[in-house]
Amino acid sequence: MREISYMEALREALQQAMEKDERVFLIGEDIGVYGGAFGVSAGLLEEFGPNRIIDTPISEAGIAGACVGAAVTGMRPVGEIMFSDFVVLAMSQIVMQGAKMRFMFGGKAQLPFVIRLPGGSGTGAAAQHSESLENWFVHVPGLKVVMPSSPYDAKGLLLAAIEENNPVMFFEHKLLYKTKGYVPEEMYTIPIGKSKVVREGKDLSVIATSVMVPRSIEAAKILSEEGIELEIIDPRTLKPLDEEPIIESVIKTGKALVVHEAVKTGGFGGEISAVIMESSAFAYLDAPVRRLAGLDMPIPYNRTLEYHAVPQVENIVEEARKLVKGVY
Amino acid sequence: MPKAKKKDQLISGEIEKSKAEDLLYKMVLTRTFEENAEEMFALGKVHGTGHLSIGQEAIAAGAGPALNRDDYLLNTHRGHGHFIVWGGDLNRMMAEFLGKETGYCRGRGGSMHIADVESNNLGAQGIVAGNLPISVGVGLSIKLRKTDQVLLALFGDGAANEGAFHESLNMAGIWNLPVIYLCENNQYAMSLAFSREFRIEQISDRARAYGIKGLTIDGMDVIAVHKAVREAAERARKGNGPTLIEAITYRYKGHSKSDRQLYRTREEVKQWMKKDPIKRFAKLLDVDDKTMKEMEKKAKEKIQEAVAFAEESPEPEISSIMEGIYA
Repeated sequence: MREISYMEALREALQQAMEKDERVFLIGEDIGVYGGAFGVSAGLLEEFGPNRIIDTPISEAGIAGACVGAAVTGMRPVGEIMFSDFVVLAMSQIVMQGAKMRFMFGGKAQLPFVIRLPGGSGTGAAAQHSESLENWFVHVPGLKVVMPSSPYDAKGLLLAAIEENNPVMFFEHKLLYKTKGYVPEEMYTIPIGKSKVVREGKDLSVIATSVMVPRSIEAAKILSEEGIELEIIDPRTLKPLDEEPIIESVIKTGKALVVHEAVKTGGFGGEISAVIMESSAFAYLDAPVRRLAGLDMPIPYNRTLEYHAVPQVENIVEEARKLVKGVY
Repeated sequence: MPKAKKKDQLISGEIEKSKAEDLLYKMVLTRTFEENAEEMFALGKVHGTGHLSIGQEAIAAGAGPALNRDDYLLNTHRGHGHFIVWGGDLNRMMAEFLGKETGYCRGRGGSMHIADVESNNLGAQGIVAGNLPISVGVGLSIKLRKTDQVLLALFGDGAANEGAFHESLNMAGIWNLPVIYLCENNQYAMSLAFSREFRIEQISDRARAYGIKGLTIDGMDVIAVHKAVREAAERARKGNGPTLIEAITYRYKGHSKSDRQLYRTREEVKQWMKKDPIKRFAKLLDVDDKTMKEMEKKAKEKIQEAVAFAEESPEPEISSIMEGIYA
């Protein structure tokens, strides 16, 4: 079984999508000769040329607007925002234009575009290059929000996003780029809006996103030695959320812990928690639903402070243990 | 646009006479549509808002016919006239205005978002300069599909001071995109007068900053607008990139229905009304008062038909409230 990195998996998805469909093109800053700030598009310029691998000036609103305009006239653009933080400079085009256009036009426009967004902390890039902003977009009707945690999901979800006829915000994690895993060579898609039970267990349902999925798996290994078995669910798509597997898992375990890197207040954990509370799983809860998330603060530069600003394996272990042992 | 008959006389060397007379009618139609809209606001018949282009009709009349049927339009919030000239159906426009299911956007968009993707009208725009970054994408799409289409991207003087203007015109410039940027400088960004918005005298001066052609024209003159847009379209189709056209014009009415117009004098409005684009074009075409009266009467009838259609049209079903958000 072939193992490649998350970054290679993304590149392979882009390459295969462009080969298959000439309407697909890439647009972003330094994605050509430079290969993208994180190397995702390296080599694609040589294969597809500058008309389809479009280097832009430092103009994020322009990149997003280019995606909207090209999509509504029949193309299937994939935009890259160099660091997901910079998406703030493109918000008007994504939120006011791309997300609403179909609805405002009475359902008569189609907007098949993807915005790729490398996010997350852990690289010492400090507060303006390390944020996790996915939940802002979950709050916007008209968008879909995808957040893969493994190389396999990265390729399948990116190919699905490119085939999708709606705007997709595609959140990648910088720390995941080098992680390796099994990825088939052929094209395949993973349906948007489908979660995945990453690990089965009986004691606690852990709903984790992005880099918190491998961290939760690590935590599960440690806890397994103590006889605590975590069930880990990766929603993979935050919007639309596949609620059923989460609800079923909580019915089985009676306890739920939501883990994400984004700051806790107003984060996606609140949404997951509410989904559980509103569902039939409520009656099965043996403990309060808990959220383990980033501290309510900008990401600090200092290595130690940065480490402690977001959940780590030991935090997940500790919180999961408390929940299972009835501390709450 | 229908092919001109050979015997047609060219008005000022620019527009065939038969076509010009139809354009004059479209200008009258636009004004009648909007006067009617204003009246409906006053009578409380319209739930939302809308923006009137009365006084600015020459730009729509000159620009649309200078383009081909398969070209694209990115309109503004003050864009009824542009869509009427583009071929917009009055009944569906009026129905949209009244929020009816039969409207262009099924009553979901209103006057500010009227669009008809089928006819390449990519929509009016609620956000000042919001359509400018989109113009880059449409231009790129044309280039990648290798068609000889062009895009007419409209905006006002206010939009020229948004950051989006800078990003978009620069990108269109470096990539040589087939876009005609047509700025309708109507002297006010809502209440802020041109002299308080800009230190430069002409918005078209900014074209130099993007290495593209820029020109300022009389936006009250249909012929001048037609010539500028026609030439810009020719340049774009030849692969010579975008043009920034600044058309000097004036809106007679307030920004929107709530505007008390405290920022300008009645005298100023009167002075501009002397340059009225409809009267001016009628004079150029030698259309006498009697013919004008007939045209106005015909326009009124058409608009009344549209109002009747809109009023009789059904409201959207509440059960359909969530439709059209996702494909």
